[in-house]
Amino acid sequence: MTNAAVHVEGSQHSLQAHVLAPAASHAKGQQHPIKLYLVVWGWLFVLSTCSYMVDYLGIHGNLRWFLIVLFMVLKAGLIVAVFMHMAWERLALAYAILLPPVLVLVFVSIMVFESDYTHLLRLLFFAAST
Amino acid sequence: MAETALTNAGQPTAQIAGFRGIAADWSSDQRAFKNVSWGKAMMWIFLLSDTFIFSCFLLSYMTARMSTTVPWPNPSEVFALNLGGKHIPLILIAIMTFILISSSGTMAMAVNFGYRRDRVKTAALMLATAAFGATFVSMQAFEWTKLIMEGVRPWGNPWGAAQFGSCFFLITGFHGTHVTIGVIFLIAIARKVLRGDFDVERRGFFTSRKGYYEIVEITGLYWHFVDLVWVFIFAFFYLW
Repeated sequence: MTNAAVHVEGSQHSLQAHVLAPAASHAKGQQHPIKLYLVVWGWLFVLSTCSYMVDYLGIHGNLRWFLIVLFMVLKAGLIVAVFMHMAWERLALAYAILLPPVLVLVFVSIMVFESDYTHLLRLLFFAAST
Repeated sequence: MAETALTNAGQPTAQIAGFRGIAADWSSDQRAFKNVSWGKAMMWIFLLSDTFIFSCFLLSYMTARMSTTVPWPNPSEVFALNLGGKHIPLILIAIMTFILISSSGTMAMAVNFGYRRDRVKTAALMLATAAFGATFVSMQAFEWTKLIMEGVRPWGNPWGAAQFGSCFFLITGFHGTHVTIGVIFLIAIARKVLRGDFDVERRGFFTSRKGYYEIVEITGLYWHFVDLVWVFIFAFFYLW
C-alpha cells in the first residue's frame, strides 16, 4: 500500500519537472496575436451567412436540420475555443465546464419521448374539439 | 486577512497531459483550477449554470413545439421585413446576428489590448462592444414592438400555435436582459480601464480587492457567452 503511494508520488514528481517549461509560457494572461481573432471573426461571419442562406434559399427536410446544427456547432466551437480561450486552458477546467452541458442531451432525449407521448394523447383525445 | 484569497493565479504549476493531468489537478491540494484565478473560475461556473437555464428554456420550447397539434408559425415569414420594396425573410434577425458577432470580435481584441496594458485601445474597444450590444437591444425592442402590434401575445398569435408567443418572449426577453446587463458591465469596466485603475491596482469600492486587467477577460467571457447563447437561439428558434 505504502509502496504504491510512494511510486505514484515519485512518477508525479518526475512528470512535473518534465512539463514545467511549456506551462510557464502562459503565465501572464492570455496573449495571442490579433490576427487570430480577426480570422475567427471572419469565419463567424461566413458561418452566419451560411446559416442565413439555409433559410433564404429555402432548404427543407433533413438537409436543413443538418446544416443548421453543423453551422451552429462550428460557430459555438470557435467562440468557446478562441474567443473564450478555452483551447488554452488546462483540461481540468475545460472538462469541468464543457462536459456538464453535454449531459443536457440526455434531458433532450427524455423530453422528445415526453412530447411525442403528449402529442399522441392530444391527437387521440382532443383532435376533434380543436 | 484581506489577502488570504488569491486574486491572481500565482506561479504556474506543472501541467500533466491528458486525463492523468485532470486527475492530478482535481485531487491536488487546495485548488483544482491551477492557473486560473478565482474570478475567472467563478465566471465560468456562473456561465455553466446560465447554460442550464437557457437549456431549460430551449427544451421547454422544443417540448411545446413538438407536442402541439396546431401548426407552428413559420419564423421565416414572421420575422420578414420589407426593405426597399423587397420582401426579405428573417433579415432583421440576420443583421442582429452579425451585430452580435461583431461585438464579440471587438471584445476579444479588447481583452488582448488589456493584457498589453493599452488603456485607450482597451477602453475604446470595450465601448464599441457596448455600442454594438446597445444596438442589438434596440433592434430587439423594435422586433418586439412589431410583433406585439401584429397581435402576438404570450397566450396567442394570428398564425398558429399559441405557445409561439410565450416561447418567443421568454427566450428572447431573457437573452435581451443578459445583453443589457452585459452593456452596463462593459461600460463600468471600460470606465475603470480608462481611469487607469488596473495600472495602479486600485481597490474596488465594493470588494476592496485590487483590480487587475484580468477583469477585462472575465467581462469578455460573459459577453462571449451572450453571443454563444444567441447562436443557439438563432439556430433553434429562428431557423428551425
